[in-house]
Amino acid sequence: MKDFSDGCQDGLPIGLGYFPVSFAFGILAAEAGLSWWQGTMISLFNLTSAGQFAGLTIMAAGGTLLEMAISQFVINLRYSLMSITLSQKVDSSVHGIFRYLFPYSVTDEIFGVSSARASKGKPVSYHYWRGLRVLPVVGWTLGTLTGALLGSVLPQDLMNAMSSMLYAMFIAIIIPVAKKDRPVLIAIILAVLLSCGFTFLPSAVPALAKLSISSGMAVIICAVVASLIAAALFPVKEEEESLADDAGRGEGRS
Amino acid sequence: MKLSDFFLYLLVMAGVTYLVRAVPFVLIRQKIKSRFLNSFLYYIPYTVLAAMTFPAIFFCTDSVIAAAIGAGVALVLSYFGQSLLVVAAASAAAIYLAGFIF
Repeated sequence: MKDFSDGCQDGLPIGLGYFPVSFAFGILAAEAGLSWWQGTMISLFNLTSAGQFAGLTIMAAGGTLLEMAISQFVINLRYSLMSITLSQKVDSSVHGIFRYLFPYSVTDEIFGVSSARASKGKPVSYHYWRGLRVLPVVGWTLGTLTGALLGSVLPQDLMNAMSSMLYAMFIAIIIPVAKKDRPVLIAIILAVLLSCGFTFLPSAVPALAKLSISSGMAVIICAVVASLIAAALFPVKEEEESLADDAGRGEGRS
Repeated sequence: MKLSDFFLYLLVMAGVTYLVRAVPFVLIRQKIKSRFLNSFLYYIPYTVLAAMTFPAIFFCTDSVIAAAIGAGVALVLSYFGQSLLVVAAASAAAIYLAGFIF
């Protein structure tokens, strides 16, 4: 049960950060003509932000099911990358049916927090994972429900500030490791430079704008390229991945 | 929208999203042996999160300056090892308050 309560605790900031984002989704869903329970069901079953916003647009426009499938695949493909990484980090308690129940809640934030736990040498068990996802799922689903029913009762400034919590959380995950592990810092800088390129270059270079790379795809390209370069330059020793980063990884690398 | 159409959309949407998450997770059961692949996967969490955060964090609210202050607060606090909740709450508070000025 320690794992479960650890998970709940780690999930609290995620749940809080999800609420305003999914609140905004609820408002949009209502504006698109969906009833409150329809928006809420979308949030409960998908548990993803960009994919849902794109899906809602396709529904509202009466798009085809193929369009829906392709949009979800492209925008959410980054979760595949996270699932591969997580498959190496979970412990033996994730077996049988749990293997199929586990992936439902792979999101950017849940992935980030559980990876941080694994890199500290603590187990990512099924109990931990269940605890970790409770508050994010509740926050995400309840946010949409509230948004769809109440509309814009919260000032936009406050909603923006609350949704920024998710970014701050990502910073809190990567910085302590980057501080101790120079190769991670270099990998992060590479990823940020690439990501800035995808954000700012298209407006300067019209040819790039024509490619119209989705934000989900841009994240995949940035992360894969930066990680490939880092892996080539700074290979990690086998035992290291599960060891505490706190122990300092300098001497372990050859 | 007809109710049946809604459920079809929902089924495709949730189905594809689940499969994208589940297929690699269910299929890969072995520990990956390749040192290069393991190194690659070691860096993935950090590069994914970094690429998602920057530069997007600067555009999360109307004022770029307020957002930059929030990002600065998050960077400094996490450098000094504060917990996720503290970093997230302090950064959000900074963005909200800075929004009144900038």
